[in-house]
Amino acid sequence: MTTVAPESVVMIGRATRLRRRFLRRPMAVLGLVLVALFLLLAIVGPLLTPDPLAQELTSAFASPSAHHLLGVDDLGRDELARLAAGARVSLLAGVLSTALAMVVGVPIGLASGYFRGWIDPIVMRLNDAVLAFPFLIFAVGFAAIFGASLRNVVIALSIGLLPTIVRISRGEALVLREQDFIGGAVADGARPRTIMFRYLLPNSLNTLIVQATVAIPIGIIGEAVLSFLGLGVQPPNPSWGVMLTSAQQFLVQAPQLAIYPGALIAIATLGFNLLGDGLRDALDPKDSR
Amino acid sequence: MTALLEVDHLAVTFRTEDGPVLAVKDMSFTLNPGEILALVGESGCGKSVTAMSIPALLATEGVTRRGAVRLSGQDLTTLAERDLEALRGRDISVVFQEPMTSLNPAYTVGRQITEVIQRHQQVSRREALDQAVGLLVKVGIPDARRRCGSYPHQLSGGMRQRVMIAMAVACDPKVLIADEPTTALDVTIQAGVLQVIRTLCRDLGTAVLLITHDLGVVAEVADRVVVMYAGRAVEQASVHSLFAAPQHPYTLGLMGALPANALRTGSRRLAEIPGLVPAPVDDPDECQFAPRCGRATSECRAARPQWREIRADHWVACYHPTHEEAG
Amino acid sequence: MGVFILRRALSSVIVLFLCSVAVFVGVRALPGDPALNLAGESATPQLLAQIRHEFGLDKPLPVQYVDYIGQVAHGNFGLSTVDQIPVSEILVQRIPVTLELAFLAIVVGLLIGVPAGVVSAVRRGKFADYVSNAFGLIGLSVPHFWLGLLAIWAFAVHLHWLPASGFVGLGEDPVENLRRMVLPALVLGTGLSAVLMRQTRSALLGQLSEDYVRTARAKGLSHGAQIRHALRNSLTTVTTVLGLQLGALISGAVVTEQIFVIPGFGKLTVDAVTQRNYPVIEGVIIVTVFGYVLANLLVDLAYAWLNPRVRVAGAER
Repeated sequence: MTTVAPESVVMIGRATRLRRRFLRRPMAVLGLVLVALFLLLAIVGPLLTPDPLAQELTSAFASPSAHHLLGVDDLGRDELARLAAGARVSLLAGVLSTALAMVVGVPIGLASGYFRGWIDPIVMRLNDAVLAFPFLIFAVGFAAIFGASLRNVVIALSIGLLPTIVRISRGEALVLREQDFIGGAVADGARPRTIMFRYLLPNSLNTLIVQATVAIPIGIIGEAVLSFLGLGVQPPNPSWGVMLTSAQQFLVQAPQLAIYPGALIAIATLGFNLLGDGLRDALDPKDSR
Repeated sequence: MTALLEVDHLAVTFRTEDGPVLAVKDMSFTLNPGEILALVGESGCGKSVTAMSIPALLATEGVTRRGAVRLSGQDLTTLAERDLEALRGRDISVVFQEPMTSLNPAYTVGRQITEVIQRHQQVSRREALDQAVGLLVKVGIPDARRRCGSYPHQLSGGMRQRVMIAMAVACDPKVLIADEPTTALDVTIQAGVLQVIRTLCRDLGTAVLLITHDLGVVAEVADRVVVMYAGRAVEQASVHSLFAAPQHPYTLGLMGALPANALRTGSRRLAEIPGLVPAPVDDPDECQFAPRCGRATSECRAARPQWREIRADHWVACYHPTHEEAG
Repeated sequence: MGVFILRRALSSVIVLFLCSVAVFVGVRALPGDPALNLAGESATPQLLAQIRHEFGLDKPLPVQYVDYIGQVAHGNFGLSTVDQIPVSEILVQRIPVTLELAFLAIVVGLLIGVPAGVVSAVRRGKFADYVSNAFGLIGLSVPHFWLGLLAIWAFAVHLHWLPASGFVGLGEDPVENLRRMVLPALVLGTGLSAVLMRQTRSALLGQLSEDYVRTARAKGLSHGAQIRHALRNSLTTVTTVLGLQLGALISGAVVTEQIFVIPGFGKLTVDAVTQRNYPVIEGVIIVTVFGYVLANLLVDLAYAWLNPRVRVAGAER
């Protein structure tokens, strides 16, 4: 509060500083670890576990054993295998929806912020409209029209993520266009396309990376919610949301079936949120501490 | 004359991620009752930090302050925050550089002035409002009573700075610290605002510490000047003496950068002092100006120059002041 | 202020128009021929044509759109295909339930989120800040529906404190109604309070480093009074955030109602999709759009009222 900033600061290597700032925050490191564990479960887990669809109806709700490390579910399927397969679905949904939203949203945002003119107010108004609209109502309508599937969940999620990405990349472009080096590039006769992808994009990368770490967990929760409501991944295919739907009926006899997938969603989301917070603080020290 | 405010070997260090920054290394000066003292130097020389240290307005964390700041003999650096609060706005008040952001956008001008009055005086809301109107009249704001109901965004920069001044003098302080009060304003408005500060403080008998980088402003309003370089004072004198016979090469350099002097010498460009202000990371025992100085000798790099009184009440910290060259 | 309201109202109308076109086009894009649905598989081409004519389906699309808007404006959304009850009647029954839930959740969110955010910003770097931050992060990361399941498991299955599900109307038995709404409102409000806490914290921290707070400090105001200055300016952010969260709140209500089996708007939505009850889906979306536009207008007005830069017209120099 009420600081008089030291008016001259000595520069050290940027990457070193970044890493040091990031590693100094225990919460950020915890986030990184959680994300790493989630990635491990999603990528390697399915290779090491049994078939998540194989049923042993006779042993339904069986407790953990050497054969089934976390026990089995109501249909006698290996719980750990289903959790690992669900992690893979979550990862796919989170990463693909974010990537899709970025690929579409970043150019729109950069162009809107860089060119301004008549296009900017239109983009922003549309953007505000989508931003505040209840996503789930939209997703429900989307699922009603196009059907319930993982592919459609990813598309719906990316549309839901789009406005934030557009707004943030537009904000970046608005700041960057006032910078001298952009003016220099324009004076040198650089074409708008060159300016957008050679100048604006690389300089917005930090912010966009932070934004991606925020968007991925939204995608993960989104997929889980939609699958939970029956609008996403369809049973018997495993997804953390699908698993919670069926676990809801057996809350009394097998609460662990509801606890595992939910806890994993929370851990993965928490990991990405901590990682995002840590990255933002490391990249933008003025807001930290 | 006994000093009203005495800054005694003040040093301020900021702790940053890249190590300590020595913003103020060793500052001593006095402010006499009713006088206008200008603290002059380039940006980054530590003049604002010096000023903000006086009413302890620097951040509480990551800042180390050494030395003493005495107001009427009482050392402010030993006071608790609660006692400082009682003192700020009543005995020492501040006008900041940025009139655009220094007023709260959510409160009316009148409320922001009455707030300081009611904080330090036992008066009713109504009396406080009447005082506020009176103050706005004094600082030259037309239609003062109606303006009390205005929000800052409805006023121009000059008007806002006048409001800031009204707020600062509301409790008749002993010391007014004006930190670059006109820097953010249009040139045409600057003179008026300076005039308000000067006449008001003369009338009230308030002593002013004026922080500026602009020697033109100094010549216009100040009685005495302290020139500051790299966290230290390098020259102090009365305005008259300083402008008549500047001693320190740095002061000369600053004067060369004045537009009026550029006109006089017929030069098309303002003179610039070559080189950069040194990074405030260490404090070697040498003249810090030496690298940028045309008169520097090995002596300057061997040890820091001590204060010498060149003429009555004209002090300089330099081995090669102007008068010796001439003489 | 007048100009501001007018501008906001105009943009609301534009949003309504765009959304109504989207719904109209979306519904036409639905799989299946409505005429065929009405007449049955064995209908003759003449019968189909007659039905199309009767329902105006043979007119050009823009004309159909105008007809459609006329119907909607009269509150006519057609009949639910499942039970042949007018959709408008169902909506009137379901919406108050969701509004109650949303209102209670907002109360929970504000009561927890704003004070936690203020404490966290003011006690920055202290124990209270860490606790608030941990709460904020967990609240943000734990999905509603899982929290709901855990709450049912803990409070209903294990402790038998509160009923797991089931709904009693506010009009029938207010006490029992509230008893059954406590868990859903807490579950829905927790996520909101986490967002509000984080936003209040960062807004207040930002405002506390503004120049005018330094001015307040230089005036001799106490720490508490300085915080009051900053808080007044942070409230606009809180309102904006609340407005942006309305959409998420409705989404959350859909899930919460599903878990606690509350016969509200959200449960209606999900059931309508699983039953392919298109008139209901259409009605749900239109009402959501309308409600959302209205809510945003209210939020904007609250924002303007809190922010003199908007409330008091233009700079007079």
